[in-house]
Amino acid sequence: MSTTVETATEIRPFHAEIPQSEVDDLRRRLAATRWPDKETVGDASQGVQLARLKPLVDYWASDYDWRKGEAKLNALPQFVTEIDGLDIHFIHARSSHDDALPMIVTHGWPGSVFELLKIVEPLTNPPEGEDAFHLVIPSLPGFGFSARPAEPGWNPDRIARAWDELMHRLGYDEYVAQGGDWGAVVTEAMGRQAPAGLRAIHVNLPASVPPDVEAAINGTAPVPQLTDEERAAFDGLVAARKSGFFGYFLALTARPQDVGYGVTDSPVGLAALFFWHPGFATWSFGSDPNDPKSKDEVLDDISLYWLTNTAASSGRLYWEHGGAFPTSATALKVAEITVPVGVTVFGEDGFRPPESWTRRAYPTLVYVNTTEKGGHFAAWEQPELFSDEVRAAFKEVR
Amino acid sequence: MSTVETATAIDPFHVEIHDDQIAELRRRIAATRWPSKELVDDRSQGVQLAALKALADYWTNDYDFGRLEERLNDLPQFTTEIDGVDVHFIHVRSQHEDALPLVMTHGWPGSVIELLDSIGPLTDPTAHGGKAEDAFHLVLPSLPGYGFSGEPTEVGWYTGRVAQAWAELMHRLGYTRYVAQGGDQGAAVTDDMAHQGPDGLIAVHMNLLRAALGNTSNLPSQSDEEKAALEEIGTFRTSGFGYFLEQTTRPQTIGYALLDSPIALAGWMLDHDTDSYYKIARAFVDGQPTGGLTRDHVLDNITLYWLTATGASAARSYWEGGRATALAAGKAPPAVTIPVGFTTFPGEIFRAPRSWAETLYPTLVYFNKAEKGGHFAAWEEPEIFAQELRGAFSSLRNGRSS
Repeated sequence: MSTTVETATEIRPFHAEIPQSEVDDLRRRLAATRWPDKETVGDASQGVQLARLKPLVDYWASDYDWRKGEAKLNALPQFVTEIDGLDIHFIHARSSHDDALPMIVTHGWPGSVFELLKIVEPLTNPPEGEDAFHLVIPSLPGFGFSARPAEPGWNPDRIARAWDELMHRLGYDEYVAQGGDWGAVVTEAMGRQAPAGLRAIHVNLPASVPPDVEAAINGTAPVPQLTDEERAAFDGLVAARKSGFFGYFLALTARPQDVGYGVTDSPVGLAALFFWHPGFATWSFGSDPNDPKSKDEVLDDISLYWLTNTAASSGRLYWEHGGAFPTSATALKVAEITVPVGVTVFGEDGFRPPESWTRRAYPTLVYVNTTEKGGHFAAWEQPELFSDEVRAAFKEVR
Repeated sequence: MSTVETATAIDPFHVEIHDDQIAELRRRIAATRWPSKELVDDRSQGVQLAALKALADYWTNDYDFGRLEERLNDLPQFTTEIDGVDVHFIHVRSQHEDALPLVMTHGWPGSVIELLDSIGPLTDPTAHGGKAEDAFHLVLPSLPGYGFSGEPTEVGWYTGRVAQAWAELMHRLGYTRYVAQGGDQGAAVTDDMAHQGPDGLIAVHMNLLRAALGNTSNLPSQSDEEKAALEEIGTFRTSGFGYFLEQTTRPQTIGYALLDSPIALAGWMLDHDTDSYYKIARAFVDGQPTGGLTRDHVLDNITLYWLTATGASAARSYWEGGRATALAAGKAPPAVTIPVGFTTFPGEIFRAPRSWAETLYPTLVYFNKAEKGGHFAAWEEPEIFAQELRGAFSSLRNGRSS
């Protein structure tokens, strides 16, 4: 029996190598795209505009090189280990500093480990005198090179338990956790479970919206007394709900398989879905000098979903979660978190809760800050600033 | 003068599908890249992989691609430009000269295909167990952005504008006294026509209570029947509403996949309501169709969407509906003053009780609960559907001279 146990907890090195036939098939499909007519409006209110998607797809089909994206992953130590019956892929970048703090960082949707690559260097090899981290960056179940669950039940709570097991398996008895987007939901679940080794968490998509405000947004209660700052945040949330930004959230929550057919068979369908997400919708792919994300970076991420055929399986996380808004304090039960919590609100994210709400939501809050720069995918967009925030948040628990 | 004549001209229309279009479609179906199987044993994550794979198999190996062209070209078809959009329609006149003119509107994810089997019983009742005085002259338009109608290139084509176009169409065809019918989006168009009350429209019949889907707060909720209907609407709004919200908010987004992948299109169109989904899935997986919802009929409709490349433009009609609702916020439409008929089919998203139809249409003159049939009633049970229309409009025929 001992061999079974050993096999199950074994940590195997991993190297990404997508067969060339898959890469060729993607190009062939892109070249054969059958496009819809132009939308009937002059903005993105019907979805990503044809004139915006087409140049990106033209580049994807011609000059984009997946092997360069793959090389970015393979430049880092990657592993796979089976947890709770599922193979989990992760990057494990140890700092040369022995006193570095182990940290598990979780990506979101439609992101992937690609959104976190730029923080590896600043966090594992910081400037003189700054705190260092040992980084563990897993791919969520059903995402990227992690296996696709074949049974229901892989919700954020179960993922959170798997992450604690992963950290133990790596020999980290004391560690911290960080996440934005789905990564925040998983990280907050870890905070509620408070496993013995978890010292603290930091999130950059806080579930700060108080119950009375949430009810007012849903139209089931009157608008409570609000400060000017709170009022602005409230109006922003109401406008966002009305604008249809959350439609992808509802569609994936209700029927991930229906969306899955299109995004599995049509790479353009996949790209179009990603551009629904507020975090992607405003990116310029490098054509704006103030926007650091290049076309290649965006396409590395979309190609990873395509080439691992995880567009449908990743969407199922929404279904598993059951539709609770990740910004709602009640839905995410963040009042039950018992470990110290740090929160950073990045100033260019679509959701910017006032600090007063965050303080109400998290009883164990030890750090909160609002930055000027950085958006929904802050680690991707502003890796240095993101790293500074994480260091500041975890200063207290070192 | 010549401009005006051109604009109101009615041109014969003939469907022509080229072999290379069929070959391209077959190639794409054969090259489908499939997602992994859903994690559940029911439709709660969407259309099941086994159902869609069975559909793909039948589509490529057994389906006769010539059917669509033949079925449509067997019927008198026309196009005419109304309000800047070319409207395609089927126009079947009954041999009975005093037949009642009827404009009947399809829905989403339907098309004129869903109405074809009702043409015989409605225009030629004596051959279908009816009486000569039950006959209709039938006009079946394709909604703008659907099938062979033109695709609007500007915003504003919500159902109210379609309703105005239909009144113009009937007028252009020389019908000065006519009725209108619809389910799904067709019910929305017909409801708008009833509220607008154009000259010549004497009555309407619907088989979806459109207003109740949006708002049930003014409807009675005491009886068991009313409570059951409320519960059914609640279920739809919480778990069956995904396609509706997607198309209302981001039609272009889903449009990219619907234009590029025939299987994405088929999957998206199959997942409408629980009843029709399971009926269609059974037809493909077990070879057991329910009424007219046969494999061939279902694929006629999906093939039409594919070949006319209207997945995005049809989805956009929901966006227009959302925009129109937002613009009209708080403003009640003019009251309906013409007689209204309504039929509740048992497999519909919710089984509307008579009390709801009466509340929403004080001029209700006909209400019935059909024995069989679901959301696509005309498609599934054309004979029962035709019987309902005969019943709904019979009292008006008697008053014809008035």
